[in-house]
Amino acid sequence: MNRKHLLLDCCKAIFIGLVLLFLYAPILLLAVYSFIGTDIIGTSGEFSLVHYVSLFTDPKVLTMIGNTIFLALASAALSTILGTLGAIGMYYSKRRTKTMLGAVSRIPIINAEIVTALALAIAFVVCAIPKSYFTLLVGHMVISTPFVVLSVMPKLKQMDNSLYEAALDLGASPAKALFRVVLPQIIPGVISGFMLAVTLSLDDYIVTFYTRPNGFETISTYVFNATTRGNAQTAETLSSFWALTTIIFILILLIVLISNLVGKKKEADR
Amino acid sequence: MRLQFSRKMLGIPYAVFLLFFVIVPMLVILFYAFTDKELHFTFGNFIRFFSDPSKLSTIAYSLVIALITTVICLAIAYPVAYILARSNMKRKFVLLLLFVTPMWINFVLRVNAIRELLSWTGLLGEANYFNTIFGMVYDFLPFMILPIYTTLLKIDHSLYEASADLGAGWSKTFTRITLPLSLPGIMSGITMVFLPSMTNYVVSDMLGNSKVTIIGKFIYEYFGSNWHMGSMVALILLIVVFLTTWLTGGFREDETVRGANI
Repeated sequence: MNRKHLLLDCCKAIFIGLVLLFLYAPILLLAVYSFIGTDIIGTSGEFSLVHYVSLFTDPKVLTMIGNTIFLALASAALSTILGTLGAIGMYYSKRRTKTMLGAVSRIPIINAEIVTALALAIAFVVCAIPKSYFTLLVGHMVISTPFVVLSVMPKLKQMDNSLYEAALDLGASPAKALFRVVLPQIIPGVISGFMLAVTLSLDDYIVTFYTRPNGFETISTYVFNATTRGNAQTAETLSSFWALTTIIFILILLIVLISNLVGKKKEADR
Repeated sequence: MRLQFSRKMLGIPYAVFLLFFVIVPMLVILFYAFTDKELHFTFGNFIRFFSDPSKLSTIAYSLVIALITTVICLAIAYPVAYILARSNMKRKFVLLLLFVTPMWINFVLRVNAIRELLSWTGLLGEANYFNTIFGMVYDFLPFMILPIYTTLLKIDHSLYEASADLGAGWSKTFTRITLPLSLPGIMSGITMVFLPSMTNYVVSDMLGNSKVTIIGKFIYEYFGSNWHMGSMVALILLIVVFLTTWLTGGFREDETVRGANI
């Protein structure tokens, strides 16, 4: 009996291990080769930081990294403000308004990204709005704001409603009551909404492609073009992406690790 | 008259935003889908799309690719979610986190990593359909694991105990309790894998050597040439999306948020 159990546990561990291997193999392969001075994976070479050097010395690459980060932060900040206010407004609206707004707000979430992107792109042309940073920003806000609403809503439902009334009774202005009483209670939802908006924007290719101004590149569009079009792209550019992937992977690991440790500490403090 | 402040009003900017950037674009698509170049009403786009044999075979291919991807994802994800959810490990969500972490690397960079792996093994450019499905399974697998894991975790443990007390073996408990109760998770997982594998052409373009066309790619092609046809395809996809969501019981807010709620 015990033996059978052990065997089963072993099988489970092996299965989990294999799936994890599948998920991490491509990334680890790039991580290893990002430190080897060759442009073709599988060929041998010596330890070298040449890919990192070419990543950080290519002005085009640096621009697109900067673009990606700035766009993610800007669109996430705007989405968070719009979405948080929207969630509060929806929460206190009449049932019918609430249901209707909720339904429309879900459209970009369940819709295929390509449909959202095409609809926006054509609508901009029909309304004679030329593609610009504004249209790009709107595109990213359309995909991320509904997620902010989704992550703020549950916190509003958990909130003690009488506190806002109490603040008003004690002479606070509505703005002050919102900032000092409501916001602190929903802030975890606001923060996770912001983080979600950042990751959605960082990850996006399709909406960016259809709403961006000419010549504007993010990591997604740049890497996609470099690998599929193949025109005038040197092997050097392609292998500098190995370094980029490795850096991002390490950053994510650090964030996960730190937030885990912080979470553990919070748990221990309780 | 001075306007009295009420908290409802805070929702106005978002309502206006939704009106202009969600509803209006959908109406524009609807209008374009049912008009011709002179903007006269027509069903022609619809008929033209469905009477083109090459289009129909691409649709069939695309559906088969999406179906295979979904089945493979389910076959891998269910056991993973089951093992994780039922394990006695203290901090099992750390293990779950390991499955989600790769998802936070930029999507295109992730596909590029698969591309390099495939080119290393010599498959790139050789097995286009296999590569596309391989890449899609890789990219969408976490979307299947998360919702199933969440629903499995919610199942009351006393149900398992009751089932065992009443003499049911593992397989009976699984088919009569675990599987039916995790069905909502399976459904939202299927929706979240099937739809992108039909529409997200980044994977098929980067891994399929530009030989694999999926439905979403039509929109890209029409965007450069014919907006009326493009809008028609978008409208059809929109209907498919809503039908799928409706048939699979709608989407559950707590399970869709890409692991941000862990």
